[in-house]
Amino acid sequence: MKNNSIKNVVAVGIGAALFFVLGRFVQIPSGIPNTNISVQYAILGMLATMYGPVAGALIGFIGHTLIDLSWGGAPWWSWVLASTAVGAFVGFLGKRIPLSEGTFGKKEIVTFAIINIAANVVAWLVIAPVLDIVIYAEPAAKVFAQGGMAAVANSVTAVIIGALLCVAYSKTIAGKGSLDKE
Amino acid sequence: MAAKTVLNYLPRRSVVHELTGTTKLAFFLLFTFAGMLTYDTRVLLGLLAVSLLAFRASRIRLGEIRFMLVFMAVFLLLNNFFVFVFNPNQGTEIYGTRHVLLPLPGRFAITAEELFYLLNITLKYFVALPVAILFISATDPSEFAASLNSIGVSYRVGYSVSIALRYIPDIQRDYHSISQAQQARGVELGKKEPLFTRLKNAAGILLPLILSSLARIDVISNAMELRGFGKHKKRTWYAQRPFARNDYLALALGVLLLVLSVVITFWDGNRFFNPFL
Repeated sequence: MKNNSIKNVVAVGIGAALFFVLGRFVQIPSGIPNTNISVQYAILGMLATMYGPVAGALIGFIGHTLIDLSWGGAPWWSWVLASTAVGAFVGFLGKRIPLSEGTFGKKEIVTFAIINIAANVVAWLVIAPVLDIVIYAEPAAKVFAQGGMAAVANSVTAVIIGALLCVAYSKTIAGKGSLDKE
Repeated sequence: MAAKTVLNYLPRRSVVHELTGTTKLAFFLLFTFAGMLTYDTRVLLGLLAVSLLAFRASRIRLGEIRFMLVFMAVFLLLNNFFVFVFNPNQGTEIYGTRHVLLPLPGRFAITAEELFYLLNITLKYFVALPVAILFISATDPSEFAASLNSIGVSYRVGYSVSIALRYIPDIQRDYHSISQAQQARGVELGKKEPLFTRLKNAAGILLPLILSSLARIDVISNAMELRGFGKHKKRTWYAQRPFARNDYLALALGVLLLVLSVVITFWDGNRFFNPFL
């Protein structure tokens, strides 16, 4: 148990660093002008599944805050909190997926996809726009349009890249009962 | 190397640099909350003045942070543009009056209220900019974990932040070499590939990065466990400095600004300052 808590501290640190590097420097064109695929949400989904809601929330919070600070200017708290929510949500519902034990078959892929879509929709279509309206008094039409785009883009990234990563990762772990008696 | 240019600490002898990290963090948070709560133009202008004065006092030159300023300017222009396009009458809705300055077809007539509203949005973002830049460029990163801990955040979280800052350059280097190696093998992320292939290729680059990062997590957490991390409820920090007179003054100023801006903003029961009535 004790080792676990140290591991979570480190996982949050490294996870936030990954989130930062991917979010800040990696831009994959999505095909829609000026919109890039945010690969960091795939990593967030995967790490939250592995390390739980608290680690997920902190990775989203620290990583996103650092990204905003690095662009200059105060963190845009409404979107930072939305990233935090994605991590918490995926971690909370995803802890039942035994990814760390190396099991990630069809059933787990479906669960993973549903959880990630739900988390991203809640975060970008509810939390981010509502906070944008409350804090910044921006027009509802604008923030919901932005939120909708983010929800779709981040769900697609999290599900496709996230699932590919989890499947590949689970194959590197020798699963329970993988030894055969000869 | 590149991380230096991103969250760059610019060491210098100045009043701002000599404040402890704790003070700067607390002031930054108080200040951003004040800026977030208010929409009162007078308060925003007051906060902006304080923020610019603090920036002067730090002796950081504009040229050193030009990149951030340009980025923010572009961002604010685009944001204002979208706010206007999506609802050109938000200003009228907020201030309750309508003075058309330039009649354009459809609902896109430019009103004094909308321009004033856009000015306020811009101010609201801009107010926090000098303080945020100061917070990044005048705080020694090694002091950061100690600062978080001393404003009441658990030291484990402080340590996580510290680890993140420490490993950003390493992970950046890893990412760079992995992506170069994969590109040499023909894994392409650019516009030439269809979207799904692009996503699949991204996973091909991310997987080695994730695996090496997970290995890193193991190595670091083992090292920390060997050194007894987390044994006690509290810990001391090498980089922590004692409070000086200026720290108390800065904190008092931060609290005062927050209280003042809340009082002035909500005095008349409305978050907005309305010059049109």
